[in-house]
Order: sequence, then C-alpha cells, then structure tokens
Amino acid sequence: MELDRRNFFRMIGATGISLVVGKEMKAAPDLSNNSEFKGVLYDASRCKGCLGCEIDCADANGLPSPPSKKEIKGLRKPDEKWRTVVNGHETSKGKVYAKLQCMHCNEPACAAACLTQAMYKTTEGPVIWREDKCMGCRYCMISCPFDMPKFEYHSPIPIIQKCTMCFETRVQQGEIPACVENCPNEALAFGTRRELIQEARKRIVENPELYYDHIYGEHEAGGTCWMYISPVPFEELGMNTRVQNESYPALTKGFLYTVPSVFVLIPALLLGVQQATTNNQLNKENEDE
Amino acid sequence: MNNNQTIEEIAPEKSIWRFLISELKPKARLFTTFNIISIPIVLLGIFLIIIRFWKGIGEISNVNQEIPWGLWKGFNVVTGVAFAGGAYVITFMVYILNMHKYHSIVRVTVLNGFLAYMFYAGALILDLGRPWNIINPIIGNNFGVSSVLFLVAWHFLLYMVAQLIEFSPAIAEWLGARRAHKILSAMTLGAVIFGITLSMLHQSGLGALFLMAKEKIHPLWYSEFIPVLFLVSSIFAGLSMVIFEGSISQKVFFNKITEKNHLAQKGIVLGLSKICTGTMFAYFFLHLLVFIHGKRWELIDTPMGYWYLVEMLGFVLLPMIIFFYSFRSNNLFMIRFAAILTIVGIILNRLNISIIGFRWDMVDHYTPSWMEIVVSLTVVFVQLWVFRWVIRRLPVLGGSPSWSLKKEH
Repeated sequence: MELDRRNFFRMIGATGISLVVGKEMKAAPDLSNNSEFKGVLYDASRCKGCLGCEIDCADANGLPSPPSKKEIKGLRKPDEKWRTVVNGHETSKGKVYAKLQCMHCNEPACAAACLTQAMYKTTEGPVIWREDKCMGCRYCMISCPFDMPKFEYHSPIPIIQKCTMCFETRVQQGEIPACVENCPNEALAFGTRRELIQEARKRIVENPELYYDHIYGEHEAGGTCWMYISPVPFEELGMNTRVQNESYPALTKGFLYTVPSVFVLIPALLLGVQQATTNNQLNKENEDE
Repeated sequence: MNNNQTIEEIAPEKSIWRFLISELKPKARLFTTFNIISIPIVLLGIFLIIIRFWKGIGEISNVNQEIPWGLWKGFNVVTGVAFAGGAYVITFMVYILNMHKYHSIVRVTVLNGFLAYMFYAGALILDLGRPWNIINPIIGNNFGVSSVLFLVAWHFLLYMVAQLIEFSPAIAEWLGARRAHKILSAMTLGAVIFGITLSMLHQSGLGALFLMAKEKIHPLWYSEFIPVLFLVSSIFAGLSMVIFEGSISQKVFFNKITEKNHLAQKGIVLGLSKICTGTMFAYFFLHLLVFIHGKRWELIDTPMGYWYLVEMLGFVLLPMIIFFYSFRSNNLFMIRFAAILTIVGIILNRLNISIIGFRWDMVDHYTPSWMEIVVSLTVVFVQLWVFRWVIRRLPVLGGSPSWSLKKEH
C-alpha cells in the first residue's frame, strides 16, 4: 500500500479523533461512579452554633424565618418549614454542634423509591424534588434512612420539603450553596466529593487529637455527598450510626431482578399445567364412557 | 331457589337503560343491623374525607414525619390486598388445575378480589398528598422503573383489568348479551394466567416495599425474605377470607345460592382448609428458619419479642393445628373458627410490619386517630355495599341463565 502525503495526514487525523473520542468514552463512566459529585463537608470542630446557616437557608429558599437562639429548647429536626437545623450537643468534649439536612446520598433510597422520578439524583450530586411529578405517596419518607424528606400534612396542596443543596438556584449557575457561602467560621466547605474526602483526611491526619478518626458519609448508605468530621464519635451528635454501608437501593435489587424472569416463566408454566390437566381430564372422560 | 331476574325474563322489549335504572332500586329491607351500623359511619367518613381534601391529611390523621404511612396504607392497602389473594388461588385451582369442585365459588371470589382492589386503590388515593399526579407513573416520561412501588402500582392496575375480564361473563349474563358473553368467556384463561402472574409479583411486591426501611422495622419482622413471606401468607389469608366470607354468604344470601352449590359448600371448605394447613406450615417453617438463621434469640425476651410469639404461636401455629384436626374430623365450625384466627393473624402481621413494628423505638409512637379509623371503616363498608348490590342482581353465587350454561358444555 502506497502511503502518500494526503493519506498520511488523513490517517493521523483519524487516529487523533479516535484517540480523543476514545478518551472521552473512557471518561464517561467515571462521571457516574460518583467521584465527581459535588458535595459539602461539615466540620463540627469549627461550627460555633451561630445558626446563621439556618437563616441563610430560609432566605435563599423562601422559607419562614427560623426561631432565634433564645426560643430554641432541646434538639430539633428539619421539618416541613425548615430544611436545615443546627443542634448543640453536650458531649465528652464539651458542646459540639451538628447541622442536619438531606445527606444527598450517592445512591439515594428516596430516588429509587420514587415511582414518578420526582425525587431525582442530578449528575452534579444534589438530590432534588420535582413538584410537577410528585404524587405525594411518601414512599421516599419510608425509605430514607436519614428521615430527611418532610411532608406538609396541613396543606391541601402539600409539597415535600428537603435540602436541595441550592441546586436550581445556585449550584447549577456555578455558585455555591447559601449556607456554605455565608458560614463565618468556614465550618462548611463545598467541592467535589473527592476533594472533600481528601481535605477531611488531611484535617484528621494533621490534627489527630482534635478529630475522631472517621468521615461520616464517606461510606454510610453507600456514600453521601454531605459529609461530616467531628471531635467526638457521631453517636454523641445524635447522628444515625446504624445505617448500613451498602447503598439502600441495593436492598430491593434482588427482588426487582426476579420480576422479568417471573413474568416470562410463570405464564409459560401455567399454560403448560393447564394444557396437561385438561388433556388428562378428557382422557378420563373418555375412559368413563 | 333462584330468583335472579335477567333482562329477558323481566321484559325483553324494554330498553337497556330502563333495565339498569330498575336495577338501581334497593332489593331488600333497608333497616338491617348492618345498615344501621354502616350508614352513620359512612356518612361521617364522607364528611371526614371532605375535610381531608380541603385542609390536608394531617387534619384528620396522626401520621407524622417519621411515620408517614398510617392505617390507610397499613390496613386498607397492605392488609386488604392480602385478603384479596383468594381470587388468584381459586382461579389457579379451577382454570389451571381444572378442579371443577371449586367452580361454584370462582365468581364470588373474583368479585370480592376485584372490589377489594378497587376500594383499596381508592384508599390509596385518599392517602396520596398530590392525587392529581396519580397518572404520572402511568403516562409520560416519569417512569420510576427502579421503584418497587412503580411495579406494585402497575400490577394493581393491570390485575384489576384481568379480574374484570374474569368476572365479565357474569355481567354479560346479567345484561343478556350473548355475543359478548361468548367473546368474554373465551378471554378468561388468558386473564387468569396473566392475573396469577401479576398477583404473585405484587403480593410479594407489597412486602418488598418495606425492604429499604431496614433499620426502621423491628428486626423480628424485618428480613430479606419479607417478599416471600408476603406471597405465601397471601395464599392462606385469601383462602381463610373465602371460607369466612362463604359462611356469611350462606346465611345472608341463602336464597341466592342454588341447591347444588349449597351441597358443594362443605367439600369446598374442607378442601380449602387442607390448602391452608399446608401453606401455613410452609409459612411457619420459613419464619422459623429466618428466626434461627438471623440468631434472634436475645430479642425474644423483650415486650416486642412476646408480641412476636403471640403472632406466630397464637395466630399461625394454633389456627394451622385447628385447620389440620378439623378437616380430619369434618368439623366445619372449627374450620371457620380457624379461618377467623388466621384473618386476625394476617392483620396482626401486616400491621406489625407497617405500623406497630415500624419505628417501634420512637418515644411518641403513632396510634391512629378515631377519624382515621372511621375513614378506614367507610372504605370497607362501601365495598361491602357494592358487593351486596352486585350479589343481589348478577348471577354470582349461581343461577346463570340457561343459554350461557349450554355453551360451556
């Protein structure tokens, strides 16, 4: 084969394109293996409990003003009015605060549970709720291991209230979530999940006597986009430490995988049995006659 | 014996609309004990349902952020559907295994199943916060195919269609539609095969709904075998309901049942109690395996452990033994007693998973409000009214017109 100048360049070009395209195709699955999800790291050792993030969240999402520090008694949970709360806990190392909101799981149970895809895991990481799709069955609330979707029980047109990591209003525009932006103590950090895990490890390694050696959310529920580091074990912060490390949707996979085979095998089997018994009966009738 | 009137017997020249209007009129006494109890409850229930749609679910229901499913889902949907399982078991026996002995109870069982699904899907709408979006999983681009509830919803819908086809020859006989009767009868086998498959999947699917609530359900009731346990228990739950419902129909609709079917009833009940014994044994044994393999001994000596023993020994093992000895001694009374125990046991089991054992560790646990109970009863009573209306008019308990019988042979 003669290789003239023109063909040579053609070949180089083709190789180049295939290299580029090939690289992209190779990189594509990496997007889905959740290493590039965006997330937030909460450092309980830095949080002073100013509750500023509660106010920022309410302002950014059009929620009613949260109660002031004086009005607060005991531990609170996020509810249908407020997407995030910060609780102070008396722990073995003095008062430590913990911010609660949706954990934005890598494989969210709520989204797997949702039969209309109203609960939806975006490719950027945040788990959002889409009003026009939801039918209000509350199966997401049954399934969520952190109990984060909240339902308006006292409204004829109820919505599900939960943290969306400010996806539609800020993250999609390249900004960072309201609570992260305004935290005066840098207790919150926004970034890709991989960066955040590296940062969390670094803080724990550099300051081992300050931190409890665990990143809550690195493996919990199959990994979450919202992660925590803390000076005390996470039970002391009232966090759910009974969650499994496998993802929750994996629990229903076995059942869902049997459905297609049942759908093919059972009708065939039933028809076979029906034919067999009908013939037997005819024979019997014939014998009787 | 048979006082079913078909359109042709009354007045063949009358239009079908006049016939339907004449059929709407009540055919029996208005002031029966059942009506005196049910009418006020249903009226109150309708009033409460209006409040629910006007002000929100929380106005009449005690469900909360941690326990989002209450009595309407746990009792009406999850429990009610288990009792409707009789339809797929009986159609399997009659149409697939060709057990002609049970033919006389096919229609009433299918009717019961169909109405149960219709009204329990109705109860689901009461419990949906945004019911106007209920079409989303059926149409459009909103298929949540990874959801067990998506599967259950679709199967409910398709199974209702299958049951309607199974029951439709009775409607055709009532309306005197001979051609339609022929076509619809020919579709029965397909509908039965499809219906059994759908039933197996959604009966187990109702259990699979709770698989993701792993830490929320008491470990004595949670296991990865919930779907299998739900499927097996739906067999004897459905059959116990058939036995129980049959014993009541025998009295209430005595003159609707042909003499031949009266005589067949005893053999049917004995046969069904044998199936109950077998499936209950399998169910009990499965529970035992799950219990032993899960190493759950230390959970037994707790209040929830005693409650578990009450359910398993008092309402599974005991009725199983009674079923076993009663069919050997031909004791119909004790079989009916065992059926009632089994029904209570199934209610306990479904409620233990969906309500009582769900978040058992919470300080303020969910208890249904009286208004929720009234609405739940309303759904059941209206279903029974419709059931009674159909039985009094359509050839369900026997008494098909002669032209339809000729074609079967």
